[in-house]
Amino acid sequence: MAESHGEAKGQNAGAHTEADGGHHGGTFPPFDSSNYASQLVSLAIAFVALYLIVSRIALPRVGGTIDARQNKIEGDLAEAQKLKDESDAALKAYETELANARSNAQAIGNETREKLNAASEVERKALEEKLAAKLADAEKQIATTRTNAMSNVRGIAADAAGAIVQQLAGVTPDANAVNSAVDASLKG
Amino acid sequence: MKIDPIHQFNIEPLFTLGHIGNHTIAFTNSSLYMFIAVLLIALLMLASSRDLVPGRLQSVAEISYEFVASTVRGNAGAEGMKFFPLIFSLFMFICVSNLVGIIPYTFTISSHLIVTAALALLVFFTVLVYGLYKNGLKFFKIFVPSGVPLYILPLVMFIEVLSFFLRPVSHSVRLFANMLAGHIALKVFAGFVAMLGFSLGALGWFGGVLPLALTVALYALELLVAFLQAYVFAILTCIYLNDAIHPGH
Repeated sequence: MAESHGEAKGQNAGAHTEADGGHHGGTFPPFDSSNYASQLVSLAIAFVALYLIVSRIALPRVGGTIDARQNKIEGDLAEAQKLKDESDAALKAYETELANARSNAQAIGNETREKLNAASEVERKALEEKLAAKLADAEKQIATTRTNAMSNVRGIAADAAGAIVQQLAGVTPDANAVNSAVDASLKG
Repeated sequence: MKIDPIHQFNIEPLFTLGHIGNHTIAFTNSSLYMFIAVLLIALLMLASSRDLVPGRLQSVAEISYEFVASTVRGNAGAEGMKFFPLIFSLFMFICVSNLVGIIPYTFTISSHLIVTAALALLVFFTVLVYGLYKNGLKFFKIFVPSGVPLYILPLVMFIEVLSFFLRPVSHSVRLFANMLAGHIALKVFAGFVAMLGFSLGALGWFGGVLPLALTVALYALELLVAFLQAYVFAILTCIYLNDAIHPGH
């Protein structure tokens, strides 16, 4: 391998043949200045090519992919946050609505109860008054009936007394005398 | 059987491209592996799909992107993202070529000082030029740390200037030496296995177990080093660029 190397060198670099021959046995390859120019030229070409590929095509391409992904993730997260906020708001609205409905129902219930209470109170009063009036009427009637009955009793008593006197004495007594006697007796 | 741990670093010219002055410009095995690295990076970054939910290849591409991007942002700030393509290219180039390089029979580009020195000087001059362009003379504030007593300021400034100009040296030698030493160590230990096996017969087969185990362990270490050195190179680049963007500590 070393020989073939030497030959190649010899063919390629006429001016360096002698130096190469001297170098080849002992010189450490990294310090062999005869190949510096070749390496520098290829390095320059390769590195410039790499720099152009990297800066013009590769990095924008990969960076674009990464940015697109980042944007997508951020967009999705923002979307998720938005939806979560919306659902939170909906939940809050639902709870407020529910609380309102509850208090409304309470109010309506209370109102209805009071109304019904008031109505039944009024009805009860009316009924009581009606009953009281009826009671008073009935008492009056009883009183009238009693008075009538009492006056009838007097007439019957006077008639009975006249008839008794006629049966016992055989004379028809004076009606006035009988009446006053009955009155006095009734009073007594 | 002769085992030469240095052989793997030989530069083999494949064909000649031309001449610049006295120098012959050849397409070498090193050039081949440079282009292989570029090709692999291009394949990784361009052939992967662009799905919302990434597959394996796409994940590797995106993880590389985000890894380097966060390194740049963390060490050089948001303004440093201007240099993101440069740092990404450096990191991927070194990382991919190092990873390719630890496959047996391949060549490791960064085991040659000239390559790492060229990359380090690229960073050094980028820092210098951008720092002067962006901040003008204020750039030299990086040599004058704030809150240093006046009587030791000249000394501190001297150290700062020296360390600034030594940066490309440490930057390049660190990568070069790590890759070189790692590959030599691997080759030496792997060579022991073969040498023992060939020279001592059955005894050597047993004796080869230990260096073989060490080779496996070293291989795992080298895998880590291949990535780590690329990362270190990239992060140092970020730190140096941070000086250019925000001088005056």
